[in-house]
Amino acid sequence: MEEQSYILTMLVANKPSVTARITGLFSGRGYNIQSICGAPTHDPELSRITLKTHATPKQLDEIVKQLNRLIDVIKLRDMTHDEAVKREMALISVEVTPENRSELIQTVDIFNAKVVSAVTDSYIIEVTGTEKKVNAMIDILRPLGIKKLTRSGILALYRELDETHRNS
Amino acid sequence: MSKIPGSQAIIKCLQEEGVELLFGYPGGAVIELYDQLCKSTIKHVLVRHEQGAVHAADGFARATGKVGVAVLTSGPGATNGVTAIATAYCDSIPLVVLTGQVPRPLIGNDAFQEVDIVGITRPCTKHNYLVSDPDQLVPILREAFYLAASGRPGPVLVDLPKDVIAALIDYPEKRPIKIPTYQPNTTPDPGQVEKACRACLKAEKPVLYVGGGVILADGNQELTRLARELNIPVTMTLMGLGAFPGSDELSLGMLGMHGSYAANMSVAKSDLLIAVGARFDDRVTGKLEAFAPHADIIHIDIDPTSISKNIEVDIPIVADCREALQAMLSWLEEYRELNLKEVATRHRPWVEQVREWDRKHPLSYHDEGQIIKPQYVIETINELTGGNAIITTEVGQNQMWAAQFYTFNQPRRLLTSGGLGTMGYGLPAAIGAQFAFPDLPVFDIAGDGSIQMNIQELATAKQYGIPVKVAILNNKFLGMVRQWQELFYDRHYASTAMEYTPDFVELAKAFGAVGLRATTKDEVRPVIQEALDTDNSVLMDFSISREEGVFPMVPAGKANTEMLLV
Repeated sequence: MEEQSYILTMLVANKPSVTARITGLFSGRGYNIQSICGAPTHDPELSRITLKTHATPKQLDEIVKQLNRLIDVIKLRDMTHDEAVKREMALISVEVTPENRSELIQTVDIFNAKVVSAVTDSYIIEVTGTEKKVNAMIDILRPLGIKKLTRSGILALYRELDETHRNS
Repeated sequence: MSKIPGSQAIIKCLQEEGVELLFGYPGGAVIELYDQLCKSTIKHVLVRHEQGAVHAADGFARATGKVGVAVLTSGPGATNGVTAIATAYCDSIPLVVLTGQVPRPLIGNDAFQEVDIVGITRPCTKHNYLVSDPDQLVPILREAFYLAASGRPGPVLVDLPKDVIAALIDYPEKRPIKIPTYQPNTTPDPGQVEKACRACLKAEKPVLYVGGGVILADGNQELTRLARELNIPVTMTLMGLGAFPGSDELSLGMLGMHGSYAANMSVAKSDLLIAVGARFDDRVTGKLEAFAPHADIIHIDIDPTSISKNIEVDIPIVADCREALQAMLSWLEEYRELNLKEVATRHRPWVEQVREWDRKHPLSYHDEGQIIKPQYVIETINELTGGNAIITTEVGQNQMWAAQFYTFNQPRRLLTSGGLGTMGYGLPAAIGAQFAFPDLPVFDIAGDGSIQMNIQELATAKQYGIPVKVAILNNKFLGMVRQWQELFYDRHYASTAMEYTPDFVELAKAFGAVGLRATTKDEVRPVIQEALDTDNSVLMDFSISREEGVFPMVPAGKANTEMLLV
């Protein structure tokens, strides 16, 4: 069975060491994490964790069951497909020279990105979008001289509301 | 209401949970708790090593079905308990383990006897807690008991900082426990139940494959009824032994690596495998592709992660084993016109075939005159206890011989470390079980290797007048590893010979126990009888044939039908 990337989002209790339980489960059972991102939701009791993993369909099935077994995991959803909105953000620090300045600004424009910090010799560019878009921007900026880079990891939300949301 | 110290609240909460017995070992971090404990009605058993405390609580839990409780101090006290916690985790045994922790302001400070036990035990507990808010102490303890016993049971650890134990708190009123993130499903889906029943009615060669889940769910009566009404042969895993009467005509005994010929053959030839509370462990299945290759598979289990983990299942039922079996029985009840008798009759040729396999290759061994055969020791214990003893085991050959040659007719009579395979389990577990059943004979079937791993607990047995009987099958080898070396490593007995073992008879005396020795076959029976007649704890040293093997044996990676026979 072929491996592919999957995006899982889970609502978890906002308690100490919940992330450790999840990452521990992944390392202990030999699953892989490509990115993980978590923060409290509008309900301070709850956090949402979005995780990208590379797995076979059978492994994914195991991962989902094992995550659901964790006491602190409330609801888990596979966000890999189109029913979910997925976004990622990157902050990219690029060296600015007289030669690359205009191309840099043009690229920022094309990608609907922003220069969020400008000092004499470098910019920090903020780009938000699908993982693909962020990758594309990085590819284009790479020859211009990326000095530092950080990515948020993928965030995902299901498009539709379900019964639990309507009742709350 | 006036405030009480955390220590008192803990005692009160334990009493509310019905705890009458604790196994533990004091230390600086839990000294306040012990101060209250000695003033309470809860009996505390002082073990000699923390591993023993948790194993004893585990033995108590397996024998009774109640939650076992152990108290350990911080740091090394807690880490000493880890092997035993993992043992309980692998076999889904309900435990609450209370560990002391350094005071909150010192956590993370590398303080004396500080260890991150919550971090260490995260992968080997069902859940664990560090109590960082004294007001959460009682709610967390209640949750711990609830989690340990419900769903798929397991050990839950609660880490108690010293200043939380000492803090003054209001004792909260008992409320129904609601954990929104935890709602195990115990009720079977009626559609799946119907499918399973129809498959049972249709099958020509069905086999019930029964694991420890049936015992944990107290579903043995329902299982026995189902097997008998439909005339279906039953094989059990190591953890499942006793879920169905071993002396019943339909019992095939254990399956898997050291299972009976009949059990492994019938699974291989079956057209329907009904797995109940079992998890298709590698020691059971052997080579996966050759396990029940012609069978449709029904799998009843409370834990969805067990379903289709190793083998693709055709009819999964996620539910409490007992509830699922009950649902199947009532479905079959309602469809009486199907004539269950007819179904039972239809299974008769299959049952006859299975019996034939059993007659052809029963569990057996070569009798060699006065040389003591370990199987004979177990058979004699079986005979002299009328099959009514609680048997604990260590791990290795002793464990397999006990599983093969003792007839378990009731559940909760074989207490053994199945999943983790922990040497040193048997003696403390026997002590825990004997506390629960003072009137039953409790035997620890041991090897000369594994008994030395927790032999210090003989002192615990003596202190509390617990008359456990330890039968050491002494071959001066780490026998199971030696057997593998004999079969697969050209008899290179690398580090498996116990070139020096203590004089167990003298050792027993030093512990205030009775030491008995048998070196010939004729001495076996009188030694066991004397042990049974003694109200002290007894250490029996049986000098057995040194290179005896456990057979049948399926070599690792081979199909279960490729057994090496006696």
